Amino acid sequence: MPVNTENMVKVFGRPESLTDARFTYCPGCHHGILTRIIAKAIDELGIAERTVTIAPVGCSVFAYLWYKCDAVQASHGRASAVATGLKRANKDLIVISYQGDGDFASIGTAESIHAANRGENITVIFVNNQIYGMTGGEMAPTTLVGQRTTTTPDGRDPAYFGYPIRFSELIATLDAPVYVTRQALYDTRRIMDAEKAIKKAISYQVEGKGYSLVEVLSTCPTNWHMSPLEANRHVAEVVTEAFPLGDLVDRGG
Amino acid sequence: MGERKLMRGNEVIAEAAIRAGCECYFAYPITPQAELLEHMARNMPRLGRTFVQAESEIGAINMLYGAAAAGVRAMTSSSSPGISLKQEGISYIAGSNLPAVIVNIMRGGPGLGDIAPAQGDYFQATKGGGHGDYRMIVLGPSTVPEAGELTILAFDLADKYRVPVMILADGMLGQMMEPVELPDPVDPATLPKKDWALTGAKGRDPNIILSFDLDPEVLKQMNLVLQEKYRKIEDNEARYEEYQTDDADIVIAAYGTVARIAKTVVRRARAEGIKLGLFRPITLWPFPYEPLRELASRVKTVLTVEMSAGQMWEDVRLAVAERAETPFYGEMGGVVTTPKKILSEVRKYAR
Repeated sequence: MPVNTENMVKVFGRPESLTDARFTYCPGCHHGILTRIIAKAIDELGIAERTVTIAPVGCSVFAYLWYKCDAVQASHGRASAVATGLKRANKDLIVISYQGDGDFASIGTAESIHAANRGENITVIFVNNQIYGMTGGEMAPTTLVGQRTTTTPDGRDPAYFGYPIRFSELIATLDAPVYVTRQALYDTRRIMDAEKAIKKAISYQVEGKGYSLVEVLSTCPTNWHMSPLEANRHVAEVVTEAFPLGDLVDRGG
Repeated sequence: MGERKLMRGNEVIAEAAIRAGCECYFAYPITPQAELLEHMARNMPRLGRTFVQAESEIGAINMLYGAAAAGVRAMTSSSSPGISLKQEGISYIAGSNLPAVIVNIMRGGPGLGDIAPAQGDYFQATKGGGHGDYRMIVLGPSTVPEAGELTILAFDLADKYRVPVMILADGMLGQMMEPVELPDPVDPATLPKKDWALTGAKGRDPNIILSFDLDPEVLKQMNLVLQEKYRKIEDNEARYEEYQTDDADIVIAAYGTVARIAKTVVRRARAEGIKLGLFRPITLWPFPYEPLRELASRVKTVLTVEMSAGQMWEDVRLAVAERAETPFYGEMGGVVTTPKKILSEVRKYAR
């Protein structure tokens, strides 16, 4: 039967700034949701024509394919330094650096902290899924105590491997950042909260307020060896215990 | 042309970069290039340009990558150990077809080495210190004024070919003062526009800058594009100087500080009747193989002199092949050779 669309209202659609390229992510992975809500924020702020996104090394290395925006691929860990160079060269650009936990909180520790400490007027989206997805599920700096990975086959023993690092809390101790928050995507409410946080972070950059960091707790069903549903539940019940949700700093208001 | 001033090599490179229209400079302090960084710190902000003291050399080279991607003229500088830290970033810049200028004021190595002048980074600079099949134009100034001229050339060549260009000098040249006359400044706004740069996808498709493709066939094509560019650079950009080579029996092959010292040796040797000349590569990559080969067929000896264990010597031997004998004399560890020491080496071959 033909559908009469005459009296229908469009409440959901594909963001304008999202390309038609197919995501390379596994089923149940949150990268796709996150990519979409970043595109939505870019649309709502009307900044696609001056945005440059930075693709890191890792599962999201193809991030330069997803947005109808200029993009650059950065070496492992250095995206915040590349963002610094771009923004300092052209302050009219809106620079969004997309980085995973290994990238941002391990190999890129120095670049991450110092870009934040200089108060670079950029937005960093920090995806924390507690694992190295691309290389086969090795321990990340954020891997939970007891979590099994391919390099902690008996579970992460803090006496041997140290504890999961709460990087956003480290950044939050600095004077320069205007907005530091931790969000999640395991249910509709969290997705809506994350959307608001990402839009706020980017709008602070548009307003020239300075550095913002949005950490997003994400899933890796493939390397966690869980179904997408179990993975969502795991974030809600276990991961948020180690990485509590909410704003850590908001000096932009 | 501007006024004539007595300036230090490091400051001349910095000032020449500013006059070439360098809009962003990123670096981390290291001896013996600190004056370069300090000159930029004093002058870039008052011109409304960017000076960032980076958290590390790795941070600096990646900021350079970002600024180059944004389409502005940009530079970093360091000295040997710091340049080692930049190698991954240089590989990315080359692989992404970005123009950028990198200055290496060499010091003694390996490891922490010392802070005295040396030429031990020739292999790293000319043979690819980072990963992958890439090249970088390498310019070896021999005097303070030439350091200024080659800095301006470095920006022009970087933009022309979209490649990283290195100024390879040593601590002696960085610290030495000479009278220089710098050209009038270029207004960056008058430089040719870069349509590939990341300026925001307004009224055009997005520009993407990367050195990445998982399909080996595609990556091979990306490599072939680089190689074709490198052949063009080899054909068009090799630069060198010959000094008193017309009637020479013996020729010294040297670059940078050592070539300058060697000029004194040529004059002294000729005063005692030895027909000595000098062949000085100005571009270390592309190395001027053909002119040296041609010269080698007219002389008996090509004596390579370096402040290293013999790194450029390999290129000299490739060029000369069996056309002349190719002995070597070098100093290491930051020991600067003298006209007297070089002359006593020359005498060994003046039979």
